[in-house]
Amino acid sequence: MPEYLMRLVQVHESFRKAELQALAELAGVDMEFVSYSEDSPFCIISLASPAAARALITRSILSQAIYELWGHGSSLPALHASVLATSPPHWPSCATTSFRFTLDSYRGSRSTASQTTLIESFSYLPFTGPIQMRNPTHSFRIFEDYALGEKEPRYLYLGRFIADSGRQAKTTYDLKKRSYISTTSMDAELALVTANLSLAGPGKLFYDPFMGTGGFPVAAAHFGAVTLGSDIDGRSIRGKEDGKNVLGNFKQYNLTDHYLDSFVSDLTNSPVRGCLGPSPLSAGNAPGGWLDGIICDPPYGVREGLKVLGIKEGRGEWRKEMHLDRWQDEGYIPPKRPYSFEAMLDDIMHFAAVTLVEGGRLGMWMPSANDQDIELDVPTHPFLEVVSVCVQPFNKWSRKLLTYRRLPSNSILTSTTPWIKRREDPGLVHANDLNSFRKKYFEGFREKEPEAMSSGPLAEDAAST
Amino acid sequence: MKILTLNFLTCARKACKAEPAAFPLHPRDAELEIVEAELNTEFLRNVLPRVEWEALRVVTEELGLPSLPNVAPEPDAIFPAASTAAAATANETPANPAPTQLLQDLHHLLLETTILSGKLVCGNCGHEYAVKEGIANFLLPSHLV
Ligand SMILES: [Zn+2]
Repeated sequence: MPEYLMRLVQVHESFRKAELQALAELAGVDMEFVSYSEDSPFCIISLASPAAARALITRSILSQAIYELWGHGSSLPALHASVLATSPPHWPSCATTSFRFTLDSYRGSRSTASQTTLIESFSYLPFTGPIQMRNPTHSFRIFEDYALGEKEPRYLYLGRFIADSGRQAKTTYDLKKRSYISTTSMDAELALVTANLSLAGPGKLFYDPFMGTGGFPVAAAHFGAVTLGSDIDGRSIRGKEDGKNVLGNFKQYNLTDHYLDSFVSDLTNSPVRGCLGPSPLSAGNAPGGWLDGIICDPPYGVREGLKVLGIKEGRGEWRKEMHLDRWQDEGYIPPKRPYSFEAMLDDIMHFAAVTLVEGGRLGMWMPSANDQDIELDVPTHPFLEVVSVCVQPFNKWSRKLLTYRRLPSNSILTSTTPWIKRREDPGLVHANDLNSFRKKYFEGFREKEPEAMSSGPLAEDAAST
Repeated sequence: MKILTLNFLTCARKACKAEPAAFPLHPRDAELEIVEAELNTEFLRNVLPRVEWEALRVVTEELGLPSLPNVAPEPDAIFPAASTAAAATANETPANPAPTQLLQDLHHLLLETTILSGKLVCGNCGHEYAVKEGIANFLLPSHLV
């Protein structure tokens, strides 16, 4: 297959390959990485055609443009030798048309005179058309890759421009220009990348159960998905005066046709159909998934504190009675109780397993470590296969974007993977449901191992309180 | 809240999840609004098979909207022929055939008809969820959590 040069951006390096792989899947094109390094913004891939290159890059956020590769080498003479060896078949298509040459030096620079000399060294190419800097028929670019602080490039490429990426969306959706945001809004660039990795696209239905001000739904809508979101805090959805709210953001970007709804709910007591689902395994039939994608940045507890509905244990009966009296009042705010991070991850995984269609994706952000600096495992689920793990490092912590694919149910039913949910339900320790726990307690856990008590949900919750 | 969304939601109480009577939620005192949206044929084709038809019929009737057929129509009856099988195999974008009346009706019902305010009532436990400014609130009071 012909080779193409991808001019990537040198940020969020660990997301770049995952994005291209997702976009290749979405566009239905075969793509192979010929050369790729986290330390370089240049990547060579093989694709069937320029049309495949265009289809691949059109939605890319972490690249700038794609070029037909005319040659490459570790020195200028090596580049020329490569151009002479591989590019002649392309020459007739550019013989008489307008063209231009430009230079892209990564981590290096050249004087104007030196740039001219470099460009003129390609004058052996038999082009007789006019040089035209504005909108030429063919645009050639010389790329130089310098090691940090070096005077000479460590690698060079020559490419013919094919298409720009979709990176301008980063500017379009820049939070600085968005009417309604909060301190926890994901920046536009990474929200768009999240939507790309989860294959948001026309015809699909996407959901964010922790929508906040709606950054992920907006990103998924940009790529054509119809979106649904919810949040435990209705104020974040309704927003403020003057239409500064979630719907207002969709209006700002002219995406209201892609806004299905927002509602106020809590993942542990979600109204979403089928979300507690019988375990897909025990059901023995199709689980009735109806979402094409779930993308979210669950509240970490780093800035927000982790809470779900319920009254904290040991707060006394009077408090429950107070809520019993007032819950129908205008503006009533239900009490919340602490919720362990691991319990929440389990709940999200289970939720995704039973609500995603086969092949649907879950894109979930999580911190790499908890507040005690203990590295968190990438959560697993027998129905969800890890597609990519991308890390965004900060000075003192890091977070990951985990992308999963919902496996076909029949592939699981025939496998030996046991269905094990680490925690049946964190809500079990609370309120009315406690009765079933008490009942079992007095029955002496006849069917359970003695250690069930210390590793059960009660112990977990006590630890997190 | 759009009628399509309502088809994906049930009572939030765990005790109701397994009860058939908890789905669909029944609109009460609903104030409806029509929010115009562009017809999204690709989306409807994808999402209609996921709709619980009987629940949709119940809700439509309760809202006093034109009644739906007893059985979900076949895709062939909803989507114009040229854009189903032919579009899936041909690589080029086919000329957009005129949408069927049924497709337009379903679009209007599912994606343009909105419950602006009112209540959504669980048929199992009777709990009422309020809808205000088109946004439903499913948070449960602590004695129901
Ligand atoms: Zn109920």
